[in-house]
Amino acid sequence: MNAVAGKALTSNHFELFGLEPVFALNADSLDSAYRDIQAKVHPDRFAHAGDAERRASLQWTTRVNEAYRTLKDPLQRAKHLLELRGVDVAFESNTAMPADFLVQQMELRESLEEAVAAKDAASLDSLRKGLVEEKSRLERNIGESIDARGDYRGAADLVRKLMFLDRLDAEVDLAYEALE
Amino acid sequence: MALLQISEPGTSPAPHEHRLAVGIDLGTTNSLVATVRSGVASVLPDAHGRALLPSIVRYLPDGRVEVGYAAQARQADDPKDTIVSVKRYMGRGVKDVTHIENAPYDFVDAPGMLQIRTAAGVKSPVEISAEILKVLRERAELSLQGNLSGAVVTVPAYFDDAQRQATKDAGRLAGLNVLRLLNEPTAAAIAYGLENASEGVYAVYDLGGGTFDLSILRLSRGVFEVVATSGDSMLGGDDFDQRVFCWSVEQAKLAPLSPRDMRLLLVKAREAKEFLTFHSEAGITAKLSSGELVDVTLDTETFCRITQTLVHKTLGPVRKALRDAGLTVDEIKGVVMVGGATRMPQIQRAVGEFFRRDPLNNLDPDKVVALGAAMQANVLAGNRPQGEDWLLLDVIPLSLGIETMGGLVEKIIPRNTTIPAARGQEFTTFKDGQSAMSFHVVQGERELVSDCRSLARFELKGIPPMVAGAARVRVTFQVDADGLLSVAAKENTTGAEASVTVKPSYGLADADIERILRDSFEHAREDVHARALADQRVDAQRLLEATRSALQADGQLLSAEETSVIESSAQSLEKLMKSTDHRAIKRAADALNRATEQFAGRRMDEGIRRALAGRKIGSL
Repeated sequence: MNAVAGKALTSNHFELFGLEPVFALNADSLDSAYRDIQAKVHPDRFAHAGDAERRASLQWTTRVNEAYRTLKDPLQRAKHLLELRGVDVAFESNTAMPADFLVQQMELRESLEEAVAAKDAASLDSLRKGLVEEKSRLERNIGESIDARGDYRGAADLVRKLMFLDRLDAEVDLAYEALE
Repeated sequence: MALLQISEPGTSPAPHEHRLAVGIDLGTTNSLVATVRSGVASVLPDAHGRALLPSIVRYLPDGRVEVGYAAQARQADDPKDTIVSVKRYMGRGVKDVTHIENAPYDFVDAPGMLQIRTAAGVKSPVEISAEILKVLRERAELSLQGNLSGAVVTVPAYFDDAQRQATKDAGRLAGLNVLRLLNEPTAAAIAYGLENASEGVYAVYDLGGGTFDLSILRLSRGVFEVVATSGDSMLGGDDFDQRVFCWSVEQAKLAPLSPRDMRLLLVKAREAKEFLTFHSEAGITAKLSSGELVDVTLDTETFCRITQTLVHKTLGPVRKALRDAGLTVDEIKGVVMVGGATRMPQIQRAVGEFFRRDPLNNLDPDKVVALGAAMQANVLAGNRPQGEDWLLLDVIPLSLGIETMGGLVEKIIPRNTTIPAARGQEFTTFKDGQSAMSFHVVQGERELVSDCRSLARFELKGIPPMVAGAARVRVTFQVDADGLLSVAAKENTTGAEASVTVKPSYGLADADIERILRDSFEHAREDVHARALADQRVDAQRLLEATRSALQADGQLLSAEETSVIESSAQSLEKLMKSTDHRAIKRAADALNRATEQFAGRRMDEGIRRALAGRKIGSL
């Protein structure tokens, strides 16, 4: 596959879609580029083709889906941008976070546990609402750090915070399921 | 280049000729086949004008098989050999099936998938389903007067990998070229969306005979995008029959029933359920083999009460799908109702109350899935000109993962990921000098392996001796457009490579399929070799056509030398087509496939380039 890989299989997701590498991405441009490319490479276009073409279509579509998924999600998009800028976000090893942030996270987790124990859907709703607001605030700040100031180190710190919130958000989802 | 002129009956000699393609709804209770003719999708009826084929198969001691109404008529007389709702058993073991004690069959618990002992021998659900598909294929070929070029077969969106693989195997066994497995709610959305030129976010509530699906789709011009899907592959109209049946047994204070009486009373329960859609009460009367007479009356209120938990059970997946999609009820523009079981007034009411709007019922809930499948089959067959076709973006319903230490699951591909998708994860050895690693592939949302469905186990051998933690084994999951998984593992620290590809253990191995095909053809006194030859010729023909149209469209991407390599490879295949050696044809087809690999890659690249041409690249 590598022998035939051209520009389309670049590891730069922005380049694949012909988009400027910025955090404040125009969602419509991304959607329309994604759909235009899928219209050309999707396996549905090759249902009657030979094995080679079907295989190539599968690989390309898989690649395009992965790129789309990454750029669509603010956290993944930020990580990808920082990687392109050569900043290692080091999510696994670098867990040193500011103390006040960690305290705040612990408090949020406690209220989540309380809501689950009390089977209190209303508390879950308000917890989620707060999370959504906090996440969009962080995303705005990440956008400013990367796009306006070129402060990639600072952005990496914010991205790490966003990761904590994303994980908590996933746990709120599980809590809703447990409630049912 | 030289055009191929040989033409088997039913195969198309020209690339743009209309290919015969059908959509098949392989349902728990009923199955249908539909096709698109002159741009209009319609269901193909049988010789008596009936659209539905009851999904019932009866095996006779002499090896004959009855399918549909004929089998239905005998189900109470011959309950053990007359298999109803076989879809419930696809890709399932005995332990996986709820209320299996109420089914009158002689189950054989085989590894992976259960089997049923019948008068004609032990049969797997795949073989039984293939009998239904065969009847539909024959119906379509008779009606369309030609061999089918391909079929789209629908599956519940919430089917896991084992169930999907089993369905695809059944298609192959029935002699179908399965172009795609299509999710039922997605098929319904295609039919509904095209019919009504709908735009916006829609929910499809699909309660069939044995399965429940809830999908949320975003429809916009030319694109059907599944945002989230959820459901319960063990919940359907059958369960409502079951409740009525149990209620009747209780009311009439009956002793445990014989299989015959059980089947009889279940049929009566189903009739009562259907009657209650338009009436306020229904009588259930049956004369049991003991001579005892059952005569009870079920009113709407009681029916609602005894089925309330089932109705409620469907709303859990609805809420889950909305959460996964990040949407609220108010953002849903309409709810499309699919499946015969949605006719029940209590379902209509519950859905209406939940979504705070009247459900959409303007398409026949029995037919809409088959019609949508036919429309998709028509697109896949290449019968619609580019620009008039559409793009379908579907998702995987359940997360795929791998067992890690302590019986926990590491998710590799999360649910609702758009397919095709691939994801890799690195694992390492935990002992010095460890030369093999075993992997357990599972599907499901739970954290513990024991709560998920086991799909496959495999071992990677030949890891060079290293200290613990030094090996780098990359496991890659690939899900194709049918939602089917293949897994590969590769060790690559030392440059030494070992790789293995597994098929889920519930799927039949190619050898099994061959054996079953051979058995069935011996039975029908058909020549296996003739069949293999015909299959190879059709495949080869398709490949030659595809190669030719690719060269016509994008020949400029190749150097003269590259073109001549492909052409000579195509010519060798063309020559061999006339031979009767199906293996030689296969080898030549494989060679042509290899010769076109680079070309295929360049065409994709070119496709992307063209898609982006003329697009503004921002300030780059």
